[in-house]
Amino acid sequence: MSITYLEAIREAQAKLLRDDERVFIYGQDVGGTFGGAFKATKGLAKEFPGRVLNTPISEDAMVGTAIGAAIQGMRPIVEMQFADFSSIALNQILNNAGTHYWRTNVPVPITVRLPSGGTKGSGPFHSQSMESIYAHYPGLIVVTPATVEDAYTMLIEAVAIDDPVIYCEHKYLYYHLKAEKLPDDGLPMGKARIAREGRDLTIVSYSAMLHETLAVAEQLTGEGFEIEVVDLRSVKPIDTNTVLASVARTGRLLCVGESFPWGSVTAEVIARVAAEGFHLLDAAPQRLNAKDTPIPYHPNLWSAHRPNAQKIAAKARALLRE
Amino acid sequence: MLQTAQRSAKSKTKKPAPPHERFLEAFRWMLLSRTLEEKLVSLYRGGLITGGVYIGKGQEAVSAACGLFLQKGDIFAPLIRDQAGRSAFGEPLLDVTRTYLGSRLGPMRGRDGNIHRGRPRDNQLAMVSHLGAMISVTVGTLMAKRFKGEKNFVGLTCIGEGGMQSGAFHEGMNIAAVEQVPLVVVATNNHYAYSTPNDREFACHDLVDRAIGYGFESYSLDGTDLSACLDVIGGAVRRARAGRPPQLVVAEMLRLSGHGEHDDASYVTDEIKRQPFARDCLKVAEQRIVDLNLMDAETLAEWRRDAVAQVDEAIATAQKEAPPEGDKEDWCAISTRDLVDSLE
Repeated sequence: MSITYLEAIREAQAKLLRDDERVFIYGQDVGGTFGGAFKATKGLAKEFPGRVLNTPISEDAMVGTAIGAAIQGMRPIVEMQFADFSSIALNQILNNAGTHYWRTNVPVPITVRLPSGGTKGSGPFHSQSMESIYAHYPGLIVVTPATVEDAYTMLIEAVAIDDPVIYCEHKYLYYHLKAEKLPDDGLPMGKARIAREGRDLTIVSYSAMLHETLAVAEQLTGEGFEIEVVDLRSVKPIDTNTVLASVARTGRLLCVGESFPWGSVTAEVIARVAAEGFHLLDAAPQRLNAKDTPIPYHPNLWSAHRPNAQKIAAKARALLRE
Repeated sequence: MLQTAQRSAKSKTKKPAPPHERFLEAFRWMLLSRTLEEKLVSLYRGGLITGGVYIGKGQEAVSAACGLFLQKGDIFAPLIRDQAGRSAFGEPLLDVTRTYLGSRLGPMRGRDGNIHRGRPRDNQLAMVSHLGAMISVTVGTLMAKRFKGEKNFVGLTCIGEGGMQSGAFHEGMNIAAVEQVPLVVVATNNHYAYSTPNDREFACHDLVDRAIGYGFESYSLDGTDLSACLDVIGGAVRRARAGRPPQLVVAEMLRLSGHGEHDDASYVTDEIKRQPFARDCLKVAEQRIVDLNLMDAETLAEWRRDAVAQVDEAIATAQKEAPPEGDKEDWCAISTRDLVDSLE
């Protein structure tokens, strides 16, 4: 038996609804017999009557409602149909949820699920990776699970945490990624994972880019290089210590992210390593992101827009030659 | 003395107070609010308050009625001009003076100022400046109460005609009706969104007409008439509590101040100041007390002295308290300490 990344998200929500009566799911098309645009809540409305609720197309009000419910002791999970549409809810997420604990001493335990990242043919408004925007603002925890196991345990952990969590799940991984079974527990949130050990170059990545990076590491073995791959898992907080320890072993750093480049997670990682581990570096740290244009529709353009194994390999080879 | 009056008001909610008693109770909250805000204005002008001062002058009748009909367990999400309602709901004067004067003992501890204060644990939500945002938040609090099996609760939130033009207001109203929560939205058309008059704010005939489009029941109200405010807002709260659809009240009055005390409101035309809705609700209420002989002059004077004494005490207390200090602050925006990002 195998379970996909998407099924892990569904199973985590089923477990949360089963184990914690404070949990409810709120989002467009999540309820009824439909179970969400990607089926992440398939069957849950029937299994948990009254707790998996369809909403109007009102991202602002969906999150506002979740904030109010959380203040009164509930543990809402909001599903954005696509991460891109969470821009409509930015005010509630950033200015209300993100400031509430600081201002009033009352935390807001909401989890906002963002189906993120690009897939073929999805175009400018159904492909975005918004983790850097949310990480920029105080008061939010931002996670980017890259494995089936993390998709499961980090969602359960996100709901248990008293603070707002932005849970960025990657749509490309929904069906592609499979595991044999679901774990009982995982690495705690906030800890990065060494996804592959190496000695010549550290590549820091997260979400779907982890898998492109691992493919590159495998490929470069044939060229005599051992690449260490760090999966950030959470982008806020960033586990700077694990990254620095890896760079101490390899002396070289490449950061790969699918988001737009300006002010991205990769920029933040490089800034931290440059500031705190400059002496560890044998070459200037590098990064690779999507291009600084809207995300294109046509597969030919899309594959040229985002980082992929070929581009990562070229960047890695150049860095290894320095 | 007033705090005692407030407690007795709460206990009387099971048995409605006689009309005159309720009127006088509301008037007293209006008086306290006006006294407090006039004092805050003078402190601001004397340079003793940092940031803005935003007052509810002219809107006290509506606001007091909002706070007065809420009971223990109800939710109140006040807005910028709701001092009277906040006090009637149970906010201690010290919360106000500590917040405005920057005491670290206030509910916001110097982290947020003026009218953003709140006590969410005590069901008084802390507004954000982004108008319309608190409507859906209030809806969520009521859904939570329903999930938890609580009974006999309502939520009341306030908005102005300015905030009614935001997208968040539209989304919040609609979702309130979809969820069929016991919500009362009290809107005040005070005729200016900061400096922008009604004709540049909306083009519909009457804002109250919007209610039917959302699935709300609705009422228009002369916000300068305290009796009408008590009747209409009290009725809306009662109907929401009884399970009727969400309720919208649109009250009309003139904002008798600037947007904030930094604003001289020179854009308010003389013509609009002559309109019936430009009356001062506090003076109208006082005249009614005199006309109907609801209270003798000495008692009224005593109430005024009491309000001044309470305000002076709250200010004096807050002024003696230490301000927050940057190097002693806990610079942490999340409650889960082991997930704080360690960037210095």
